[in-house]
Amino acid sequence: MLKVISAGVYVTIQDLGRFGYMDVGVPASGAMDQYAAKLANLILGNDQNDAILEITLGGSSFQFLKDSVICISGADLNAELNSKPVPLNHSIKILKNSVLKFNNPVSGVRAYLAVKGGFQNKIVLGSRSFFKEITKKFVLRKNDEILYNEINSFNIAQSASVKVKQDYFLTKSVEVYEGPDYQMLTNQQKNELTTTTFTISRENNRMGYRLEELVPNDLDGIITSAVLPGTIQLTPSGKLIILMRDCQVTGGYPRVLQLTDSAINAMAQKSTGNSFNLKILSL
Amino acid sequence: METLNVTYKPFGKRAILVQWDADYDVNVLEIILNFKNSILKKRTKAILEVITAYNSITIIYEDGIENIYDEILALKSIYLDCDSSNIVKKRLWKIPVCYDPKFGVDLEEVSVKNNLNYSEVIGCHSTTIYTLYFIGFLPGFLYLGGLDKMLHFPRKKTPRLLVEKGAVGIGGSQTGVYPQESSGGWNIIGNSPIQFFDRKRKEPCFAKPGDKVQFIPIDVHQHKEILKLVSYKRYAIESEVLDA
Repeated sequence: MLKVISAGVYVTIQDLGRFGYMDVGVPASGAMDQYAAKLANLILGNDQNDAILEITLGGSSFQFLKDSVICISGADLNAELNSKPVPLNHSIKILKNSVLKFNNPVSGVRAYLAVKGGFQNKIVLGSRSFFKEITKKFVLRKNDEILYNEINSFNIAQSASVKVKQDYFLTKSVEVYEGPDYQMLTNQQKNELTTTTFTISRENNRMGYRLEELVPNDLDGIITSAVLPGTIQLTPSGKLIILMRDCQVTGGYPRVLQLTDSAINAMAQKSTGNSFNLKILSL
Repeated sequence: METLNVTYKPFGKRAILVQWDADYDVNVLEIILNFKNSILKKRTKAILEVITAYNSITIIYEDGIENIYDEILALKSIYLDCDSSNIVKKRLWKIPVCYDPKFGVDLEEVSVKNNLNYSEVIGCHSTTIYTLYFIGFLPGFLYLGGLDKMLHFPRKKTPRLLVEKGAVGIGGSQTGVYPQESSGGWNIIGNSPIQFFDRKRKEPCFAKPGDKVQFIPIDVHQHKEILKLVSYKRYAIESEVLDA
């Protein structure tokens, strides 16, 4: 059992997502930064789809009620185990009753906490990822307890670590492809998309990020059609919305650009006030 | 139908969008649903999801597609061979709706501005047989086509922060039911006590694209009774199989 002592800003359980139910309106969900989530599992020798904790911006602390081995990847949230700093991307032995605390972000936004064997919350529609109205809980709160399996011995080599390029967080260049409705844009609008430095507004969460800078347009909506995590929609007001992992499955705004898979992971490590430029790749 | 223009577009590196030059057309819906079946049957490349909508199919693959234009060719050849003989039986679902003003908070506005009285609004809304095009927006939200022009009504300029579960709304030329509490900009004319999405079932939504839907007026008392049955999982939604 992992006990939530302080929930902090926003903590959920995620795996790599819920698939096979988009045609009944269920979003994919899953870890926002899938690269970091897979990495944490990989270092522990877990399955890459094992459930991890997604800790957003810190302020969270947890107590382990059983022995385990853990790994933290993704954002550097100044994590401390029993008040001592712990490294990222290392397997770390955990003795019963240890307290792990995530403080303020040093770099990135979302940290991932994996335990050996993965968290064992209930699988709903093929996934352990939290989502409102699908899973019983959609965010972790104080005193919640999450199941994991106890480690019987620490004998197996438990000192894995990986050197990771953290600079994917810091990149100011976000790679995209032309979206299916890109051709609706005028040349000037296309030009604005690649020359403007965009800033993430306060309205950013697991569903999507709204950007500050406007791209004025008089485009009609499209006939409601599929959208994906990483789709950039252009709204009539000129606001751009980058859809993220919890986005709806269909939408009616033109889909002007599509983030690459790694750009979605990088975007997951950005937040309010961060700025970037869009770079269009050819397919 | 032969002249119908179909375009294939890459949608990132892991998805392809197929789009028909049509808007809301039951014939196109049939073509789309047949194509979806053929893709799922014939395409060997690992497919994660196939999402259909009014005039499009989006095929999402498990991994990045090496050569997206080769994959588009493969899909085109499936489309050419698409056979329409394996049409799945369609059902007509009879969805109880209470149109009492207690639930239908926008009933008055919709009637006054459309020059109708309550019973005309209710009569018109509940005699139409709607086509279920697809499910999107929220788990179990049915996109229905066929709302009578008499009832078309613009969405609210500012969406309500909270629309009740089961609320039956009109948004422009569309009508539908909120399967769960949500924010929303549609005008609410009634409430359905049934469960549109049940996460505990293998097929969480009872209806499928291509099915038909009709709303059956009920009173406040019946609404309460059905709500009770639904909570005990003892309510079966009335439906009938339609002839092809």
